[in-house]
Amino acid sequence: MEEWTRKDLLGLQELDSKEIELILQTAASFKEISTRAVKKVPTLRGKTIVLFFFEPSTRTRSSFELAAKRLSADTLSIATSSSAIQKGETLKDTFKNIEAMQVDCIIIRHSSSGVAHVLAKCMGPSIINAGDGCHEHPTQALLDIFTIKEKKGHIKGLNVSIIGDISHSRVARSNIWGLTKLGANVTVCGPKTLLPKDIEKMPVKVTTDLAEGMKGADVINVLRIQKERQKAGLFPSLREYAMRFGVTTEKLKNYAKEDVMIMHPGPMNRGIEITPDVADGKYSVILEQVTNGIAVRMAVLYLVLQAGDDEQQEQQ
Amino acid sequence: MALLIKNGRVIDPKSKRDEEADILIENGKIVRIAANITNNAAEILDAKNKIVVPGLVDIHAHFREPGYEYKETILSASHAAAAGGYTSVCCMPNTNPVIDNQGVVEFILSENKKAGLINLFPIGSITKSLEGKELSELGDLKDSGCVAFSDDGHSVMNAEIMRRALEYSLMVGLPIISHCEEMSLAAGGVMNEGYISAVLGLKGIPSVAETVMVARDIQLARYTGARLHIAHVSCRESVELIRTAKANKVAVTCECCPHHFTLSDEAVLDYDTNTKVNPPLRTKDDINALLEGVKDGTIDCIATDHAPHAEAEKDVVFDQAPFGIIGLETALALGITELVEKNILTINELIEKMSYSPARVLGLDNGYLEQNASADITIIDTKRKWIVKKDNFLSKSRNSPFIGMQLTGCAVATIVKGRIIFKPQ
Repeated sequence: MEEWTRKDLLGLQELDSKEIELILQTAASFKEISTRAVKKVPTLRGKTIVLFFFEPSTRTRSSFELAAKRLSADTLSIATSSSAIQKGETLKDTFKNIEAMQVDCIIIRHSSSGVAHVLAKCMGPSIINAGDGCHEHPTQALLDIFTIKEKKGHIKGLNVSIIGDISHSRVARSNIWGLTKLGANVTVCGPKTLLPKDIEKMPVKVTTDLAEGMKGADVINVLRIQKERQKAGLFPSLREYAMRFGVTTEKLKNYAKEDVMIMHPGPMNRGIEITPDVADGKYSVILEQVTNGIAVRMAVLYLVLQAGDDEQQEQQ
Repeated sequence: MALLIKNGRVIDPKSKRDEEADILIENGKIVRIAANITNNAAEILDAKNKIVVPGLVDIHAHFREPGYEYKETILSASHAAAAGGYTSVCCMPNTNPVIDNQGVVEFILSENKKAGLINLFPIGSITKSLEGKELSELGDLKDSGCVAFSDDGHSVMNAEIMRRALEYSLMVGLPIISHCEEMSLAAGGVMNEGYISAVLGLKGIPSVAETVMVARDIQLARYTGARLHIAHVSCRESVELIRTAKANKVAVTCECCPHHFTLSDEAVLDYDTNTKVNPPLRTKDDINALLEGVKDGTIDCIATDHAPHAEAEKDVVFDQAPFGIIGLETALALGITELVEKNILTINELIEKMSYSPARVLGLDNGYLEQNASADITIIDTKRKWIVKKDNFLSKSRNSPFIGMQLTGCAVATIVKGRIIFKPQ
C-alpha cells in the first residue's frame, strides 16, 4: 500500500490518483465500524480534534464530529458566534491560540477561499479543509467519489455530469479534480452566468444545455442553487432555473441513461434544482452519500494524524 | 559646497547625451557636464562603471500621510524613494483628510520640507472627499502646489462629473489622472478574472472593467480636448485603446507599473495577499501587450503605484486584504531585470521612461541633466545582482510580492539639489 505523507488535506487539486485511491481504500475498511452495535474503535484515542466552522453547517460538521468520535478522538466544536473573532481578534491569532492548547487537528470551514492553505503554512497541527469559499470541499468530493465507486465498481471511463452553479461551487471544483485524476470524464452544465470564465481550460466538457449535460451520463451530481444568486442578477428567476436546469424524472427519461445515478451534496431545494420524485426515487443515492461521508472522514482523520505523528517522530 | 561626479557614463534622455563625462555641482545646480573636470574644492563621487542619470521621477505613489502614518510617512516614503533612485515623487490624494483643499496640500509640503530629502508633488483629488459628486477646488489646489488631479482608487463613476472635471482642469492647466475601473463590473472582485480565479474560487475583476472606463475617458478627453493620463494600465485591450487614441491625436498619456509587467495572475496561486493589487495582476498575454506598449511608446512612462499597507492588514484572508504593493525600492531593478536584460528597452530608454518622460507627462521641470538644471541625479550600478529582502526595505511597510527574488541593478547614490540623500556603504 502507498504511504500517506501529508499533514493536511487542503484540496484534491494537489493530490495524485494514488493518494485519492488510498483514502478511498481506507474509507472502505472503516465503513463497517459504523454498522456495529458499539460504533467505536480506539485508533485516535488521546488525539484532540477541533472543528472550527465559520459558516453554518449541519451535515459536514456532524459528519466530521461523528467520524472523530468513532475513532475515539476528543472533539471541540467552535462556532464563530462564540469565538474571539467577534471581538476583533485576527484569524491567525485565534488559530495560534488554539494551537497553543496543543491540539492535533483543526477542521476548518470558512467563507473565504484559501483560508485552509494559508493556515496550513503557519500551523503545526493538521489542517483539514471542510470547505473554503468557492475553492474546494475535498471531503465532499471524496465521499461522492467513494459512493460512485461503491455503486459502479470503478471510476475510470465513467461519465459524470455536474449540474448547476459551477462558479460558486467548491463541491464542483473538488469533484472535477478528483474525478478526472481517477480517469472519469467530467461535464459541467449550468447557466452561462454561473460558469466561471475560462472554465473550459479545466479538464472538463462544458455545456449550457441540460439535455446535452445529461446525455450519456453515468452519474449526475446536482448542485444546490442559492437563491441570492438570482438577486445578484445571475439568472432571471427560480422558475426559469427550474424549467431549464431542474432535474426531473421526465428529463431523465428523455435524455439520461437508464442506470443513471443521481447525487446531491445537500441541502436540497426540492422543486428547484431537483424534483422530490428524483431526490427520493430509484436513481438517488443522496442518503448513501451521507452515510459514506462518515467513513471517508474517518479515513482522512486517520491518515493525516498518522502523517502528523510520523513528522513529529522524524523531528525528534 | 561643490560636488563632482567623476568617470560615470552620463545618460540624459532630453539631450540624448550618452558619454563618459563628469558633472560638477555647485549650490544645488549642475554647473558643468564635460570630460575631465577638475575642482580641488569639490567632494568627489566616483561613478566609474556606473551610469549617471537624471533623478528618477515617480508620478504615482501613496505616501499615506496624513491619516495612515502606521503604513507610511512622508519621511519613511522619502527614504524608500531615495533608496530606489527617485528624487521626485507625486503623491496621491487618498489620505485622511483627502488632498482636496489647500490646507492639506500645505501640510504635505511642510512635512516634506521637514523630511528634507526628495521633491514631493501632491496630486489633488478631482472630487471632494473622493466621493465622485462635487469638484474639488481645482484652481486653488493648483495654486497651492498640486501638479495633477486624480480620484485614484476609484473612477469618477458619473460621466457628467468626469466631463466637467476634464473641462475645468483644461482651464486650470493641469492633467487629470484616471484610475479606470467600472465599479459595477469590478465589485467584490479580488484578482484577475480568468482561469486562475476559476481554479482558486476567488471572485474575479474582469479586464473589461478597466477597458470600458479607458474607452469612456478617452472619448471624454477627445470631446473636451482636455489632458488625460491613464494610471496603471494593466491589460491588452487598454493598450490597444490608448494606441488608437494617440493615433487620433487625443491628448492622452499613460503609465504602467513594474508589478504588472513582471507578474501574471499565476503569482496569486498560493493566496499570497502581497499579490493582491488593483488593477490586479493579469495574464501572460496582457504582460506581452504591456511590453509591446512600453516598446512602441504607447505607454509613456513607468510609475510605481507604491501602496504601503501594514503587515497586520495584509496578514488576513485573501478576500479581506487591502489592495496594494510597495514599489519605490524595486521599480528600477524590475525595469532593468525585466525590460533591459530581456531586450525590450535599452537602458537609455528605460531611464527616459522613469525620469524625463513621466516629468513631461505632468509638466514637471525635472528629469533631465543640463547646465543650470537642479542637481537631481541618480547613480546606478546596472550590473549588481541583489536579493529582495523583507528586512531591508526602508518603507515602513513590507507588502512586496518580490521578496526573495533576485534582481539586477540598483541605485548606488541619489542626489537631490546637489545633496547626497542616499548612498549605501
